[in-house]
Amino acid sequence: MTPMTSIIVIAVLAVIAVYISWRAGRLDRLHARVEAARFALDAALVRRSSIALELAASGLLDPATSLLLAGAAHDARSAESARELPESDLTRALRAVFSQPDFRALLAVREGAEELLTELESASHQVFLARKFYNDAVAATQAARRRWLARLLRLAGRAPCPEFFEIDDSLAPAGETGGPTADLPHLTS
Amino acid sequence: MRVGLVCPYAWEVPGGVREHVSGLAEALMDLGHEVSVIAPADEDADVPPYVVPAGRAVPVPYNGSVARLSFGFLSASRVRRWLKDGDFDVLHVHEPAAPSLSLLACWVADGPIVATMHAAMPRSRALHAAQPILASALEKISGRIAVAEAARSTLVEHLGGDAVLIPNGINVSKFEKAEPLPGFPGTGGTLGFLGRMDEPRKGLDILLEAFSLLAPERPGLRLLVAGRGDPDEALAQVRPDCRDRVVLLGQVSDADRVRMLHSVDVFCAPNTGGESFGYVLVEAMASGAPIVASDIDAFRQVLRGGAAGELFETGSPEALAAAAGRLLDDPAHRAALAAAASAAVREFDWSVVARDVVRVYQAVAPAAGRVAVAL
Repeated sequence: MTPMTSIIVIAVLAVIAVYISWRAGRLDRLHARVEAARFALDAALVRRSSIALELAASGLLDPATSLLLAGAAHDARSAESARELPESDLTRALRAVFSQPDFRALLAVREGAEELLTELESASHQVFLARKFYNDAVAATQAARRRWLARLLRLAGRAPCPEFFEIDDSLAPAGETGGPTADLPHLTS
Repeated sequence: MRVGLVCPYAWEVPGGVREHVSGLAEALMDLGHEVSVIAPADEDADVPPYVVPAGRAVPVPYNGSVARLSFGFLSASRVRRWLKDGDFDVLHVHEPAAPSLSLLACWVADGPIVATMHAAMPRSRALHAAQPILASALEKISGRIAVAEAARSTLVEHLGGDAVLIPNGINVSKFEKAEPLPGFPGTGGTLGFLGRMDEPRKGLDILLEAFSLLAPERPGLRLLVAGRGDPDEALAQVRPDCRDRVVLLGQVSDADRVRMLHSVDVFCAPNTGGESFGYVLVEAMASGAPIVASDIDAFRQVLRGGAAGELFETGSPEALAAAAGRLLDDPAHRAALAAAASAAVREFDWSVVARDVVRVYQAVAPAAGRVAVAL
């Protein structure tokens, strides 16, 4: 081997090593992004169920609505595994509560109601956004992990493969879909 | 008496509580009382004249499934108006711990309130979370009734206090007479089963095994099964050469259910547990079917310790086969059991059960005045 070919071989190997470590670093960053997004999503879910419980216990609502909301919020907050179902149920309960005819108008006269409802509505938006960003990060990570180089060299190491979080978080009342504001739905129009 | 009944679940949807409320309402009217029922239903829904619709029920996740309930201020104001118009001597709410009309009625009413607890509720922690919300409405109830021991213990554990036990009623006359299904019971003997095929606690597998033991020696014996579930899965548990003698009806209408009960020589209830009362038994008794049932608490009580039906060791196909075989061979004993069952079942007839309920009304009403609208 001439010195020239050795230099070329070493250079090629060095380039490959740099590329692999860059890919591994990228995968690592993607996993970190998923983790951060998951943290934000968990926080948003906990905030939503806490405010729902607060509204249920506030005495502003009638007892049947309160009980419905308290049950759904409690189930969502206390679920450890399989959180998707109780969180979806909480969304459905919130939707049923907020879509009562004249719900906001009837509550407007009560002190403190408007603040709580606005807070709950914003918490629901946060869930919607956090879940969107989390699933986005999961999709990117899964795609990166599926590449042949990543699989061949196990670039992801022992990091568990992140999974999508699928819940019903649409806040438009049943029957109304889409529209230009579909990405930022409101509990009441 | 003027009685106001509150049903928390949608009137249009068949279900245990709704059946109970309509059965009780009709029995109370037969006894000469004036009755009005408020229930979630559309304004223009086709309901009996004694039912006042409280507006459309909303489907919401509740207790692990979807229930159709009425809640909110508008429903509350409808209940208030109904109370005002009704001017009742006693208000009787059903399942007041469900987030629906019954709870709202407790909230807006004052005076003599009676409540009936139906379900055993396993969600104790959620109930605990909602305790303060429930407490203020439920503490107005002056007389509590539970339809079964399980419902009573839920009440005692979660909400405190006690309740009198008054079982669910049935309309015995609806079961007494029916045309058997074509070709039944036949001459070779017919065993019968009613209940979900895929619910292990209903015990169909025990009966299928017992049938496989009996069928080879009795070439004419057949088995009639009514209930939801996978037919292939059920048949796989029967001896291959006897499968053509098992007739699976699937889920049947109320009318066919009664006809089915009149089509059997021996009705089998091989349940292994999970029954708080014994509805299928009570229906079979009202239909005059000779019964073989597992020796579980609920069944022993309903069958008067074995006087109104044979009891066999719970979970044993051999014991079931032996008991059913003895009955198939002894028409006189079958007739005697059927007669005893028909007599014993009278105590579950609405006419009798409603009288017990009225006694609760009478115990509560004089002390508490009339039902008034609070707030």
